[in-house]
Amino acid sequence: MVATDARLPLTGELPELADVPWRPLVDETSLRRTDRRWTAWTLAHELPLLATAVGLVVLSPILIPVSLAALAFAWLIPDLYAAKGAEVLRPPRAPGAPPAGAEVRALGLLGDLVGHHARDLLRETRLVVEPGALGVWLVGGKGAVLVRGRGRRAQCYCVRAKGEDLPLADRVAHLLLALRADERGFATVANLSFSGARWRLARKLPGPARAGLQAAVSAARSAG
Amino acid sequence: MSRLIRLDQTGHTELAQWSPGDGAAFERARSVMDAELARGYFAVAGGDGGAVAEQVRELPVDAELVILRRPIAGG
Repeated sequence: MVATDARLPLTGELPELADVPWRPLVDETSLRRTDRRWTAWTLAHELPLLATAVGLVVLSPILIPVSLAALAFAWLIPDLYAAKGAEVLRPPRAPGAPPAGAEVRALGLLGDLVGHHARDLLRETRLVVEPGALGVWLVGGKGAVLVRGRGRRAQCYCVRAKGEDLPLADRVAHLLLALRADERGFATVANLSFSGARWRLARKLPGPARAGLQAAVSAARSAG
Repeated sequence: MSRLIRLDQTGHTELAQWSPGDGAAFERARSVMDAELARGYFAVAGGDGGAVAEQVRELPVDAELVILRRPIAGG
């Protein structure tokens, strides 16, 4: 690692913001703008395909197979985006086995950092639910999902601790600490990989991650 | 007893402990933390189980737990 002490801020903001000086700090307004942009982008993909599907059937019933293909594409494209977003909750591939007991030690520390309820979820899913000012976060080893709009909307952020040798629970702890230290900075440093309907994301998640997402949705609904 | 911990490939490593009244132990912990910051680690201070975490560059004498973490980056 390179020495970075000179650029450490005194204000408590995330030091990693210095790596992305061109990005404006994320806030509620920019999140809403991002949501609208993704919705518009999805519609721009969907509407021509749906119009094609309908138009072909009207033109000639013999074109129904082509129309069905257009409908399949209309379904597939947002699904591909959701699949990319779901990647942030999959466990990262470790290049080598960590030292014996490392995962257990890392999990023990992470368990100390979270509350009782979050600890149960952590044990079952290796994910942490963390309520924040922008929404409810579900933190994994390769990124985090921000659940907003009373659980209807999800944004997936791809972000990870530098270095490939860390146990999974340590990776989650890195992200959790950065998130707690500066939530807006965390969302700014991370790369957005998906913004859309929570149900579409849920379909692409493996079972444990789906349970984690459901817990985050419940927390978002409780928060109002 | 306050603790200075580094997240690393072993899970975590406890680097130092100190009590508010033990100046020598605190100085040792501070020197260890400075060395880790110089290696590129960042320090986050907070309490065990507490949701609050604060990015720090000086070792707070009254923090229960200070954790050294690696930088994060968008993937």
